[in-house]
Amino acid sequence: MARSMRIAIASGKGGTGKTTVSLNLAAMFGGPVQLADCDVEEPNINLFLRCDKLVSNHVSMLVPEVDPKLCNGCGKCSEICRFRGIVSLGAKALVFPELCHGCGGCAMVCPRQAITEQPHRIGSVAVGQAGQIRLVEGRLQVGVSLVPPVIRAVREQLLDDLPALLDAPPGTSCPVVATLRETDYVLLVTDPTPFGLHDLKLAVAMVRELGLPCGVVINRAGNDQVGLHHYCMDENLPVLLELPEDRQIAEVVSKGELVSHALPEYGRMFGTLAERLYEVAGRIGGRR
Amino acid sequence: MSREQITELVVLSGKGGTGKTSITASFAVLAGKAILADCDVDAADLHLILSPDIREQHRFLCGNQAVIRANDCTACGWCREVCRFGAIACRDANSPYRVDPASCEGCGVCVFRCPAQAIDFPERDSGFWMISDTRCGLLVHAQLAPAAENSGKLVSTVREQAWQLAVDKRRPLIISDGPPGIGCPVIASLSGVSLALVVTEPTVSGLHDLQRVLALARHFSVPSAVCVNRWDINPQQTDRIEAAARAAGADVVGRIRYDRNVTQAQLQGKAVVELDCPAADDIAGVWQQVKQLL
Amino acid sequence: MKKIAFTTSGHDLDAALDPRFGRAQRFLIYDLEHQVFCTLENDQSRNAAQGAGILAAETMVKAGVDALVTGHCGPKAFKVLDAAGVTVYHCSAATVQEALHQVQGGVVSPADAADVDGHW
Repeated sequence: MARSMRIAIASGKGGTGKTTVSLNLAAMFGGPVQLADCDVEEPNINLFLRCDKLVSNHVSMLVPEVDPKLCNGCGKCSEICRFRGIVSLGAKALVFPELCHGCGGCAMVCPRQAITEQPHRIGSVAVGQAGQIRLVEGRLQVGVSLVPPVIRAVREQLLDDLPALLDAPPGTSCPVVATLRETDYVLLVTDPTPFGLHDLKLAVAMVRELGLPCGVVINRAGNDQVGLHHYCMDENLPVLLELPEDRQIAEVVSKGELVSHALPEYGRMFGTLAERLYEVAGRIGGRR
Repeated sequence: MSREQITELVVLSGKGGTGKTSITASFAVLAGKAILADCDVDAADLHLILSPDIREQHRFLCGNQAVIRANDCTACGWCREVCRFGAIACRDANSPYRVDPASCEGCGVCVFRCPAQAIDFPERDSGFWMISDTRCGLLVHAQLAPAAENSGKLVSTVREQAWQLAVDKRRPLIISDGPPGIGCPVIASLSGVSLALVVTEPTVSGLHDLQRVLALARHFSVPSAVCVNRWDINPQQTDRIEAAARAAGADVVGRIRYDRNVTQAQLQGKAVVELDCPAADDIAGVWQQVKQLL
Repeated sequence: MKKIAFTTSGHDLDAALDPRFGRAQRFLIYDLEHQVFCTLENDQSRNAAQGAGILAAETMVKAGVDALVTGHCGPKAFKVLDAAGVTVYHCSAATVQEALHQVQGGVVSPADAADVDGHW
């Protein structure tokens, strides 16, 4: 049976309104939906949803532990490691968990089976419910540098039989790729400024690199002096929603409230966006 | 000039889109003779205001990636078994396996394990970095390739080049436009810096994200300062943020008003302080306070 | 103590002492017994995506030095050097020659910990 549709909401540039779109789309989805906060460095969704009873679990990565009694200092672990997570020095080996990527290479290559892998905490994933929205929130521990494993852990908590919206981190590099993989459609949020258009182009390049279909949401729309609409037309990118520049929206968001509840005319616009996404998902085969 | 005489200011935000780059561009104009570095290598925007003349461009190679030679692949499936990152798949039972470059982390385990030695492990072309002339001085900037790993190495490369220029040209100040978030690239932009200015906005997200980036700066013993952009959207939240900043040991260095001229300046390819407007005055005020801390 | 390594940006004893370790330009290795020296480039570490200090420390261990003299050494590099029995000196002398005098004259003593936080 096909899995329910998964839609990622991303943006080249930070601050274009990605989280506002994800939240309000979930709120106006017209049925049970999952909302994944994959911006694990700065997860903001629950500031707005305020789920009661968030159940949180550690996310760990496997890092090597060397048994000094078995280690003979052959150095094979050090040789295979591309990240300097393990260093062989004569009769002992030192481990640097903060550099380790958890690939398991050292454990595999050790001729004395002296290396076991132990969980090393890098963050947490929390699950909660707010009305019809099932929230899955990822959170990177401050000071940890490697982001994708926490995002993978968030995706693992998603159920297959409910549609899911994935709020991606800003940018186009590995954390975003980890979020967008195996989604059915990507919504790119932008604004009609030079920074917005420039970063949209980077995001489109990335989404095309991943072979995923995408559409655009224009936030703070109005006077398009940068040729954003032309660009979208030239690139065959459907513009699925335009939110006007409205100080009221900024004020509502700043207080941690949902635009679709505080300003119902915008609520209707998000409802329409949800409908358009069902159509698109139907065309590409994702289940409702 | 020696390295010990150089000061570096990094402008961070935690949350993206708070106005970090616009403010950095204005600082570049006001400082006049600083070396500039755009460390937001994922979504680099500073050059859109500074209109650089590229003097030199260098390829950026970072790490490796696994590439399966289809002709030599026996479809045994060992590579997929050992890959911890789900980067390897095949179309059907008899097709050769293929590594997805966007998911490959360059660990080399599949290369090691392949019984047919059918996997190559070339260096990964991950983007490029440049040194350019601008009306505000020399700019070191970069662009990471789409879907590339942002390990912090490109950020470190940009900073290293900026430091070298500062020593060679005898410029005691480096101003860096930092990346958003708190991960690898931010860590790479923070170490050894004299001051981190965190620009935030008066929202619940702005406060939450500020606290995480201040915690990171403390972790690396970097002094911090905070300024709230578009503060008049929510004055109460601005007060809360400034109180939280002080409680966290950061200096509060002023506030900037919401001003549509900021977008106008961007459209004209100018820094905000190159226009006559309220935000320009506020930014100039923040710069005065930041200078005192440097 | 037979061999001491100094981080440097130059090629002889009058060269400046490089205050960094992991991303130092090169090492000058001084043989105390024979009073001769050689230099060793540090390209591999300088170009490393991460763990530059660790790589540089491994280089020191492979080169068989007994002590390292540098401006600052981070915690990961220190951990490696300490485990391998290499003595670390944090020295603010301007040149390699001055640093050598300071170490020999007991003006600087061996470090028992890293003196700066880790970074890339």
